[in-house]
Amino acid sequence: MRKQQKFMENFIHGVFLLLGLVTVGCVLLITVYLVLSGIPGIRRIGVFSFLFRSTWESTAKEPVFGILPFILTSIYGTAGAILFGVPIGFLTAVYLAKLAPPKIKAIVESAVSLLAGIPSVVYGLVGMLILVPGIRKLFSVPDGASLLAAIIVLAVMILPSIIKVSVTALEAVPQEYEDASLALGATPIETYFRVSAPAAKSGIAAAVVLGVGRAIGEAMAVMMVSGNVPNMPGLFQSVRFLTTAVASEMSYSSAGSLQRQALFSIALVLYLFILMINAALNFFLKRSKT
Amino acid sequence: MKKNQKRIGLVMTAAIFCLTLAGCGQTPAGNSGAGNNSESAKLTGTVATDGSTSMEKVIGALGEAFENQNDGVTFTYNPTGSGSGIQAVQEGRCDIGLSSRNLKEEEAAGGLEATILAYDGIAVIVSPENPVVDLDVETIAKLYTGEITNWKDVGGNDAPVVLIGREAGSGTRDGFESITDTKEQCQYRQELTSTGDVITAVAQNPDAIGYASLASLKDSVKAVTVGGVAPTEDTVKDGSYVIQRPFVLVTRKDTALSDAAQAFFEFATSPDAAELIANAGAVAAN
Repeated sequence: MRKQQKFMENFIHGVFLLLGLVTVGCVLLITVYLVLSGIPGIRRIGVFSFLFRSTWESTAKEPVFGILPFILTSIYGTAGAILFGVPIGFLTAVYLAKLAPPKIKAIVESAVSLLAGIPSVVYGLVGMLILVPGIRKLFSVPDGASLLAAIIVLAVMILPSIIKVSVTALEAVPQEYEDASLALGATPIETYFRVSAPAAKSGIAAAVVLGVGRAIGEAMAVMMVSGNVPNMPGLFQSVRFLTTAVASEMSYSSAGSLQRQALFSIALVLYLFILMINAALNFFLKRSKT
Repeated sequence: MKKNQKRIGLVMTAAIFCLTLAGCGQTPAGNSGAGNNSESAKLTGTVATDGSTSMEKVIGALGEAFENQNDGVTFTYNPTGSGSGIQAVQEGRCDIGLSSRNLKEEEAAGGLEATILAYDGIAVIVSPENPVVDLDVETIAKLYTGEITNWKDVGGNDAPVVLIGREAGSGTRDGFESITDTKEQCQYRQELTSTGDVITAVAQNPDAIGYASLASLKDSVKAVTVGGVAPTEDTVKDGSYVIQRPFVLVTRKDTALSDAAQAFFEFATSPDAAELIANAGAVAAN
């Protein structure tokens, strides 16, 4: 009887291990595939001219593959989204975690969850119909499809992840810290910003990094509002991101061509960015545990 | 109720998936040149097509009619883009590739054959608020290359011209740029990835100009006349409207089509299909 039980235990263990390995296998497969198909393009173009040239003319007779505009656009776009999104997200999180009455908290939290569930193409469409013409009128520029439009869309898109993770971090701050601060005569607001927020800073940093990851990987929504032209980035310039550079040309590039190889190389660069962001996320999460 | 719907949805998805798989797996099964007497025998099997998104309306109408005529045949269309469709037929992943441009030299060299199914006019569109109604090809080229940057130079308002186009590699962009002779010189302000997006963007901006295939034109934008000729089916067909491109069926030279695919090919290129193609907004070649 016991023997059979033990066998069953081991068997179930094996099944779980196998299922776990599926995920690992997928990651490994994608990594290997990306590296294998991304390296040839970079080698043919040359690392330096691929990363640091500012022109991208993939379909010209003498094609030029320089992805500096895409890299800078992705960095600026993400930084801009963080600049708008983090203050709003952080303050919302403080309000939800510490100040909000339960009823309002429930309503706002379900709204935030809903925001997280909206498909990115819907963000893009709304941005295209409202934001782009709005920017055109507000700043009287010839056309509203620009880096600024993409930044605003991305800022809204990263709000849910920033708010949710920050709320969790703030709620995990031990009650004693706050009680002590209040007992010493600090006002509640002083307590939240001087005591609770610093105590939750690793978790909040993790929230920001999560937002960065979401922003840099987004393709569909920014493709629809950013204009998608490979210019060097400027706030009102029509720009193209790393993600959209891959997405917009992939289906048209013929197999085995340098263009397709270069697109895989862009994907590889993007992948390296994501890896760095994940490493940062792990770093912050580990610190928040200790 | 909801659960049931979900289940039905799942079953349908699964069914579509199976059909798609079956369609892709289909290799031309023996028996070459049996298409002529195919009317008498009952056709079975699948016809898998893959390619240009601009051909969706045309190929959808043809596929539906063909399925209605032949109960045993399943028709699939995979809208991936001209390049992908050509690649798919080359690799044998579909029966007929769909391309909204002529084959490139390296593609034709790979043993592919192109048959023109229809012509598609490319309309040059502006916002309905824009007073400009007529442009000629040269002026359009000058606008797109940035030689003319203000609408007042072509009889419009004093406002900068906002150039909207499609992404590099798009069949519509390729068609437009080769006809207007502006390849690699267009100073786009926006490069959008679908015809619908171009129409939306142009409709939103009174200073914008864009291009879209005639078949997908909507009332939210205004098509200008080119050299005095309005883009209509008649003017595309008789060649007086000059901004137009071919819709091409791509097949492999070395392998014969399956019976079903051969029958579809003949149906699509026959004069009977002309009306269907016309209803879908393109102009039949035959």
